[in-house]
Amino acid sequence: MSDIVFCKGGGCTAKLGPGILSRVLSRLPKGEKDENLLIGYDSKDDAAVYKLTDDLAIVQTLDFFPPMVEDPYLFGQIAAANALSDIYAMGGQVKTALNIVCFPEQMDLNILGRIMEGGASKVTEAGGILSGGHSIADSDVKYGLSVTGIIHPDQIYANNGGRTKDKLILTKKLGVGIICTANRVKEASKEAMEEATDSMTTLNKYGAEILHHYKIHGCTDVTGFSFLGHLHEMLNDSHSALIYGDQIPYIKEAKEKAEEFLLTAAAQRNRNHLEGKVEFLGTSFGMEEILFDPQTSGGLLAAVAPEDADEVVRELKKAGLPAALVGEITEKTEKEIRVIGG
Amino acid sequence: MIEVNAMGDPCPIPVVKTKNAIKELTEGGQVKVLVDNEIAVQNLTKMANQKQYEVSSEKLEEGKYQVLLTIGKVQEEREQEIQSEVCIPDARQKNTIVVIGTDRMGEGNDELGKVLIKGFIYALTQMDDLPDKILFYNGGATLTTEGSDSLEDLKSLEAQGVEILTCGTCLNYYNLSDQLAVGSVTNMYAIVEAMSQADKIIRP
Repeated sequence: MSDIVFCKGGGCTAKLGPGILSRVLSRLPKGEKDENLLIGYDSKDDAAVYKLTDDLAIVQTLDFFPPMVEDPYLFGQIAAANALSDIYAMGGQVKTALNIVCFPEQMDLNILGRIMEGGASKVTEAGGILSGGHSIADSDVKYGLSVTGIIHPDQIYANNGGRTKDKLILTKKLGVGIICTANRVKEASKEAMEEATDSMTTLNKYGAEILHHYKIHGCTDVTGFSFLGHLHEMLNDSHSALIYGDQIPYIKEAKEKAEEFLLTAAAQRNRNHLEGKVEFLGTSFGMEEILFDPQTSGGLLAAVAPEDADEVVRELKKAGLPAALVGEITEKTEKEIRVIGG
Repeated sequence: MIEVNAMGDPCPIPVVKTKNAIKELTEGGQVKVLVDNEIAVQNLTKMANQKQYEVSSEKLEEGKYQVLLTIGKVQEEREQEIQSEVCIPDARQKNTIVVIGTDRMGEGNDELGKVLIKGFIYALTQMDDLPDKILFYNGGATLTTEGSDSLEDLKSLEAQGVEILTCGTCLNYYNLSDQLAVGSVTNMYAIVEAMSQADKIIRP
């Protein structure tokens, strides 16, 4: 295969830091208020939701990024799974998708073909239709999707709907960012890299379909801002959380690599962003890094009514997902997030 | 002193280059690393702190930072020390756990109860078959934190492979979270799991 131009950090490690982004967004004019816009960027949600009728709203999202794996087909699949995920995190169903492509003109077009094939395979798996796209000649490869889904306006999983005593359930393993970073400097094992790519290409559809049967108060997907960063957004300054560090599902090798200091810049930016908000009690350095690790196409993080939590985990596991009950939402405490053990 | 130029290198490459440079320093010494962004400085500092290297950094000019790491020879000795502790033969009896839910033993006189619990923990250290884990919760949390009379015994048990676990909620409740002096923090799930999987539970 000819040279895919790797950017400095692929996947969600390439995201702008959360701090920078809030500064820019807070200065944008909001425009006139439209009450049919149920979720926009006033909240820190995964996708925008616009109500069309009393029982129908559209969910819109887009996501694209540079490659984090060498195989173009796999990259296409991961980028698509990641973009589609935001629809699932809102509780919606995928309907249509448009390709977003940046590609160097002099590069082999077969590579682009493979990337888009990979993406299309995931759109089909999601039950959606690929209906167009837009491409730009650029110095680096970037790919993703703009996705539209539908949802009932009363059944939206807001990011910040979690309540005190809710249990927190995570549906995928953490650590894919560390493994991809280790892979870039040729220090990840083939097995760990496979574990990471399998996880990244798994659609959150399957987790979301199970969650639909239970009382879900809040949900988000864990991506570039890391488990703790997205949890922080869920808590929305109104609640706190207790995290069971020893229950976090993660790729084993990621902890080893973190302890060998294969650290990303994005994880450190996430750590800086949450400075003063997180307290670790008996948590290993490796686990800390995993909790700050930016995830590409990470799992769903759901706040579930306590009486439903055990059954949700059982059903998710039955569906083959490495899900776990990783913590609980509490009343607001001095430190927003306390991580115990791990 | 070894100089590492990591200008223009994205993370984790500055750390990888620095680690390689440190490997060359068999006798200890200094490594000077140049990087072009502050996040790289923070990642290098994080590594240094974990490894207990001395570290200092300064901004030389816009987009140019210098990180100076001092690697002592003492470091290696310390690592050997830690390894030798781990080498104590494993005398744990599988699946026996001891559960301590209060800072005293038995009911009656509290002062006597405190003396008894100290004696109990000491006696544990003398057993041929050690338990797999000791769980501390509620008032028991005061036994694993600063000021406890049993710390030395518990550290000795820990060095012999016994897991010392204290309930995090309890540490929090008693404002002892930053005073845990032995073992690690656990949660109710882990406690329930440990108890339900145990073949034998000993409660003083």
